[in-house]
Amino acid sequence: MGAVVERRGLDAAEVRTRSRAPAGRARTRAVAGLVVRRLVLAVPVLLLVSFAVFLLAAASPFDPIHQYYGVQIFDASAADVARVRQQLDLDRPVLVRFWDWLSGILSGDLGTSRSMRAPVADVLARRLPWTLLLTCCGLALAVVFSLVIGTVAAWRQGGWTDRLITALGHALEGIPPFVVALLAIALFSLGLGWLPVAGLTDAGSSLGPGQVLEHLVLPAAVLGLSQAPWLVLHVRQSLLAAFTEDHVTGARARGLRERVVVARHALPTALLPFVTLIGARIPELVTGAVLVEEVFSWPGVASAVVTAAKAADYPLLAILTLLATAAVLLGSLLADVAAVLLDPRVSADG
Amino acid sequence: MVELEPDSATVARPRPWRSATRARAGSGRGAAGAVRARLRLVTAVTVLCVLTLAALSVPVLSAAPGTVDYQAIRLPPGPGHPFGTDTSGRDLFVRSLAGLRVSLLVAVVSTVVSTVLGTVVGALSGASGGWVDRLLMRLVDAVNAVPHLLLGIVIVALYQGTVLAVVLSIGLTHWATVARVVRSEVLGLRNRPYVDAAVSAGAGRWWVLRNHLLPAIVPQAALSAVLLVPHAVFHETALSFLGLGLPPHLASIGNILSDGREGVLLGAWWIVAFPAGLLVATTLSVSGIAAAWRDRTIPTRRSELTL
Repeated sequence: MGAVVERRGLDAAEVRTRSRAPAGRARTRAVAGLVVRRLVLAVPVLLLVSFAVFLLAAASPFDPIHQYYGVQIFDASAADVARVRQQLDLDRPVLVRFWDWLSGILSGDLGTSRSMRAPVADVLARRLPWTLLLTCCGLALAVVFSLVIGTVAAWRQGGWTDRLITALGHALEGIPPFVVALLAIALFSLGLGWLPVAGLTDAGSSLGPGQVLEHLVLPAAVLGLSQAPWLVLHVRQSLLAAFTEDHVTGARARGLRERVVVARHALPTALLPFVTLIGARIPELVTGAVLVEEVFSWPGVASAVVTAAKAADYPLLAILTLLATAAVLLGSLLADVAAVLLDPRVSADG
Repeated sequence: MVELEPDSATVARPRPWRSATRARAGSGRGAAGAVRARLRLVTAVTVLCVLTLAALSVPVLSAAPGTVDYQAIRLPPGPGHPFGTDTSGRDLFVRSLAGLRVSLLVAVVSTVVSTVLGTVVGALSGASGGWVDRLLMRLVDAVNAVPHLLLGIVIVALYQGTVLAVVLSIGLTHWATVARVVRSEVLGLRNRPYVDAAVSAGAGRWWVLRNHLLPAIVPQAALSAVLLVPHAVFHETALSFLGLGLPPHLASIGNILSDGREGVLLGAWWIVAFPAGLLVATTLSVSGIAAAWRDRTIPTRRSELTL
């Protein structure tokens, strides 16, 4: 699905010279076409995913009525239970329920979450901003960190810095984010006492930027760190490839300073695949967000996934699955748009 | 994704800069690189063998695994308990190895499930072509578009707290990558002369698939299976850690880490550190072996470890 990169030297040169004047408009049209095609393709995927979630819900032996009543189900009369079942729409065939749900979504009614006992729209409005804050900070940290560290490793290739970074990167790839999170809590919160353990604010204090920032540092750092190894190793690898390219050799031959060669000549070539990689890592970012939010009791949508799953709360679970899928599709679309805009050699036919 | 060209990804090519004065440690494929790669493979195999043997034997051999002893809760690592004890006073060494056995078993079974599923879908897709291929590939795209852990959580919510749910949730979410690999392999094989010869001799679609294509994709499928194992272990531990995976009485690494969450807040870092260490050692050695295998089967491209 990714945008195709044409890397043949002559072609690229030809495209560049030929499309000098009307390039701006052609490029805009290409990007618009890409966006429209992807949006059209996203519809069947989202439909398929939401239908699959509903089929799974229908096949589940777990009766949501037990979750609704809890222990009180033993005291409830059969008539009451039947009435609640009807109220919750549990006694109708799955296709009917799916159709109702779908038309509800299209008319702006997202249904009611059984585990949060609130409309799904309210749950999203309350929790989504916190998740966005956490994931954006985490991703930004990971990107900056891996650009710096990856460049250092590639620049000092073969030296002890490079070997240390590569070894640490491979080791970190194998450590699950929740282990990193727990060890970070043990070290920074309990051992050193620098940062709070979990939550959004200290008990009893009101919601303010300072409080949130203090509580954000550790989760965002852990989320960023859990994504970093892949990015670092990738930056290193593509920089190493860039160092062998002719224009870098040319820059060296002209006697440009090392810093200029790395930052202005080698790094830009290495950045294009990096942008694509970031887009492709969104699923892992979502996975990381679920685990990190859960460990740090961060009140976002990702930890709501776990709550909803434990209670078989399918209205909420379906929306959250759709949301994550949409985020993944959007991530790869943005990465491809960025690739088209950054490099005139990329053709927008994905 | 943009693939690097094979020759620019290998670092063996003589480079005008720096390489003239300094040998590239660990990345060259000269004699030193080969020795280093061999050393790494031997280490990985040894670590994996030792861990597997320990996981199989220690829980059986130790006198009373999982005995709760409230006299000895949260003891730090020491002579009697090499890994310390957990919040219920159980010896963590024995419990971690028992957990490793459960986690590995679940991971291997779910890897087999998803490899079989992926091979069937990929072979069918690649061999049929046409609308079957397009339909199956759209399905693969859809499965890949949902974050695996999330889809796994949805599936686990079906049959909460059973081993089957965990196996299905990992198996049903990871077949898509295998299907892609197998499909591209089949597509490559379809144009080989011996397949053409069989088709012109009047062989049917299924005969060709069974006798020419399937045997040829076994190595690729097996390699993707081995690459999947560490990932499957991660998913099992993540699900169990979230309280959605294996039933709590079954000691898996994920369940132990989940218990360790409270332990960490009480200062007992070893409840998390040692089981996690075992987990990381296992997954790293498995992926090290897989990377060596891939380097051997696809020698033109040096691989980075991927989980």
